[in-house]
Amino acid sequence: MTSSDLQNLYQELILDHSRTPHGFGLRDEVTAQSHQLNPTCGDEITLQVHAAADGTIEAIAWEGHGCAISQASASLFADLVEGMTVAEIQERIDVFREAMRSRGKIEPDEELLGDAAALGSVSRYVARVKCAMLAWVAAEDALRKLD
Amino acid sequence: MTTSTLDSPLTDAEILRIREDFPILKTEVNGHPLAYLDSGATSQRPLAVLDAEREFLTTLNSAVHRGAHTLAAEATEVFEEARAAVARFVGADDDEIIWTSNATEAINLVAYAFSNASAGRGGADAERFRLGEGDEIVTTEMEHHANLIPWQELAARTGATLRVIPLDDDGALRLDEIETHITERTKVVAVTHVSNVLGVINPIDQLIGAAHAVGALVLLDACQSAPHLPLDVKQLDVDFAVLSGHKMLGPTGVGALYGRRELLAAMPPFLTGGSMITTVTTTHAEYLPPPQRFEAGTQRVSQAVALAAAVAYLEDVGMPRIAAHEAHLGRRLVDGLAAIDGVRVLGADIDLPRVGLASFDIPGIHSHDVGQFLDDRGIAVRVGHHCAQPLHRRLGVTSSTRASTYLYSTDAEVDAFLDGVAATIDFFGVRS
Repeated sequence: MTSSDLQNLYQELILDHSRTPHGFGLRDEVTAQSHQLNPTCGDEITLQVHAAADGTIEAIAWEGHGCAISQASASLFADLVEGMTVAEIQERIDVFREAMRSRGKIEPDEELLGDAAALGSVSRYVARVKCAMLAWVAAEDALRKLD
Repeated sequence: MTTSTLDSPLTDAEILRIREDFPILKTEVNGHPLAYLDSGATSQRPLAVLDAEREFLTTLNSAVHRGAHTLAAEATEVFEEARAAVARFVGADDDEIIWTSNATEAINLVAYAFSNASAGRGGADAERFRLGEGDEIVTTEMEHHANLIPWQELAARTGATLRVIPLDDDGALRLDEIETHITERTKVVAVTHVSNVLGVINPIDQLIGAAHAVGALVLLDACQSAPHLPLDVKQLDVDFAVLSGHKMLGPTGVGALYGRRELLAAMPPFLTGGSMITTVTTTHAEYLPPPQRFEAGTQRVSQAVALAAAVAYLEDVGMPRIAAHEAHLGRRLVDGLAAIDGVRVLGADIDLPRVGLASFDIPGIHSHDVGQFLDDRGIAVRVGHHCAQPLHRRLGVTSSTRASTYLYSTDAEVDAFLDGVAATIDFFGVRS
């Protein structure tokens, strides 16, 4: 009875990440962080970027609450960007945003986005794009505060 | 064969006939027949309403209350007849109904009458609208943001204090707090008739009695009651009431304020400009009496005409019968949801009559995911905080899923929704 579109939106990978999110739990160390709110549904996230001595991002730490899409997206993002440079992360945020805004026309680049490409079908549900983008927008904001 | 009485629920045959008047209900969504359970957000409109607006626009359209030509005169007449129809619908006199863009504007109109009076506008009889330090405005923790924020702002502008009647753990108004909240300092009490989240019909008589006993005015948010219950503002003895056209089979862009005649006459205007004046110089203006004093600028004429057609449609079916139908559907919603393991119905334990509306939380599944899953089955519900964040916070949730019915809703739709909720829990795998 459940359509394939919906099965695709809520793939097992996404549901798993939403139930046991990676990177969950803020750290005490002082770092750049961003708080983002989706006023239409009250979803919230606080996301920290922790930089290593060489300038790469060694970890993403976040806390928040929201729908399965927003929680899984934050978790997948945390996995994806660990160890990357700021430029590499920004490139991925740009590519992800472009796919999300494409209304299903652009398949996310798996080479660049890894497992987070599983969120691709969210772009067909315009009302849910903000859910998927929340963590990525928070990261973009936090990265800007790094320099 | 049974004969229907004035307040018996609608029969299946009658509902089917009603549904014929609402072509949108035949829509398919994601391969399923639409089950529209979001009438609390906006209702669907029958052909009679659409036709009335088109008829006006194709035969009479022109500016009202100005111009000497035939169409202008006839349009003015139809516009004023529409006002009279809405007035009759809520038990008011014709000149006690003011057109607004929506209920939010209607509440702001009253709040700004207080505000402007407090700034010295209006005559001597505007005295009772003047607020300052020591005065109190009372509202409740249950309100839609539209009946909360205008009062927050009014308090901030005037130095008055906003006091909020709290809810109990079930979500019901704490009637035992009325005495401590409504006092000699209270100037206005703003309360919702029916909660847009819980669907319960509040025992407003007690609040109205307490307010009037201390000389305070009462504003009733009737957005969720006027579409679903017989409403008589005189019998309720409220001073102001607001309603929203698009929630009662009418168009968007039109709402109404009821105000007692002598209060409207004493209030300074909110929006100012054309059509609300008598004499204007470069430095001063004299204002028309109500209702025109509060209807500055070009009016939403075709929408008002369509709203009159909507109330005619509702009266034709009969408000007591609609209320009985929705009480039945509301019970079916609440009982059906409560029977599903893992569902928490907000306000389920409140022992009050209800309209056909229920909100619920499934711990572990966000309302957006619930709504998405139901949409996949063609079931339209509302998700989020429903513009009532304080109420949700009091009940310990940030959002909920809401199903709301109307006269065209069926048992089958409610049952499809209940099946969908059970399947949602299975799908997201939180069922223990």
